[in-house]
Amino acid sequence: MPDTQTLIDAVNKADSADLLLETVENLAEAADISAIPTLVEVLGFNNPGAAVAAVDGLIKIGEPVVPYLLSNLDGYNYGARAWATRVFAGIGDPSALDLLLEAAVSDFSQSVRRSAAKGLGSILWSKLPETEIPTAQQKVLSTLLLATEDGEWVVRYAAIVGLESLARTLRDSQPELRSQIVAKFLELSDREPEAAICARIKYAIENEQLLDN
Amino acid sequence: MRNEEVNALKDTEIHEAEQLTEETAIANLKQKEDLGARYYAAWWLGKFRIKNPAAVSTLLMALEDEQDRAPDGGYPLRRNAARALGKLGDKRAVEPLTRCLEFPDYYVREAAAQALEMLDDHSCIAALIKMLDGGIESATRVPGKPHLVEPYEAVIEALGTLSATEAVEYIEPFTQHPTEKVKYAAARAMYQLTREDKYGEILIRALEGDDLQLRRSALMDLGAVGYIKAGKAIANTLAENSMKLIALKGLLETDLANKNTATSAESIEIMDLMDALL
Repeated sequence: MPDTQTLIDAVNKADSADLLLETVENLAEAADISAIPTLVEVLGFNNPGAAVAAVDGLIKIGEPVVPYLLSNLDGYNYGARAWATRVFAGIGDPSALDLLLEAAVSDFSQSVRRSAAKGLGSILWSKLPETEIPTAQQKVLSTLLLATEDGEWVVRYAAIVGLESLARTLRDSQPELRSQIVAKFLELSDREPEAAICARIKYAIENEQLLDN
Repeated sequence: MRNEEVNALKDTEIHEAEQLTEETAIANLKQKEDLGARYYAAWWLGKFRIKNPAAVSTLLMALEDEQDRAPDGGYPLRRNAARALGKLGDKRAVEPLTRCLEFPDYYVREAAAQALEMLDDHSCIAALIKMLDGGIESATRVPGKPHLVEPYEAVIEALGTLSATEAVEYIEPFTQHPTEKVKYAAARAMYQLTREDKYGEILIRALEGDDLQLRRSALMDLGAVGYIKAGKAIANTLAENSMKLIALKGLLETDLANKNTATSAESIEIMDLMDALL
């Protein structure tokens, strides 16, 4: 197994899209903290294949990525922002919670709103002090309910996925909030024009047995 | 469709600042002095779907225009008028657009085929099939031009959309055409017309091609025809997640339309793939 610096050098020397993909995959595989800056840089290249590999690698490294990524977000590159949001979503660290709450309803890029909405459903609540959890979950719920009204179908779809995961979390922590999700799902089933979203709502209701209790 | 969108984008960039109304657009299209304003008005009427009968009549006149000529001998205003007429859904345009299919300007023929695809009227099918005369042996590049002798991609896509099953034997050979865009248009149409897996599989192979533009185009084709078996291949394609999500949504919609239950095993598989791409 080559050392991480050799793998980083290979990424920096890659001179074709295919080679970039291959070298980023190898670097991501190493899941080493020293690979973080290089993998974050790859999120800003316009190469979807390499970005997917970099996102996977960063999620695998996990928590140590979050502070670095929070302070190195490229606000002007919405492609990079969308990939970074996917990293936060995949890691689920609550220190990115404020960023995800903001992004889900106010980012101008629909890919960023989409990734943020999904990520809000998979926050690792156990990493937050117990006293802060109820308020934070309430905020996530309000934000996701708002996101179900987004003008873009894909953001509404992601909001349903986020709400389904949140409903699963709330089963143990705040079951009384689940009824708001159920009510929203039933209301949307009647007026959502996209058949794909209605199907996703039905799937979520079945998965979470939301009508059984 | 794709060429049309590119052209429309160029047009908006050029005239971004110009504000038209229904009346001024029609008036601009009728006048003969300012050719740029006519050209833009024709695009604008289509873009904003101005279905007013006066708009359609004026566009039909523009379809006969002789004034606006490009350096290559082409007819820019006719091209834009044809594109706009496709978007307005007025069947009066079908017969004049069908005549355009024999017009010398390649891009007028292409715009007319694309417009006829949108107008959903079967009377143009024989004329579209005639453009495939000679099969792939005749479908060669025009010397000195960046295109083939006919706008095959547009013609074949139109025949597929119009459910022209009588065109199957003429389209089939084009699935072997050396130009990839033509080959994939033929595979897409053949799948629409026959629902045979082998044509869906041609599009799946296109997802593994080297050219990102072609991979994106294959994603859109698979989503549009709803080839359910393409789910995993779409999810694994090297392209933007947003495009893959649109394609998978197309598959999901097809599956939902074919079944009574919202949560068939196939639907669930597609939704799981979509969730992972969000």
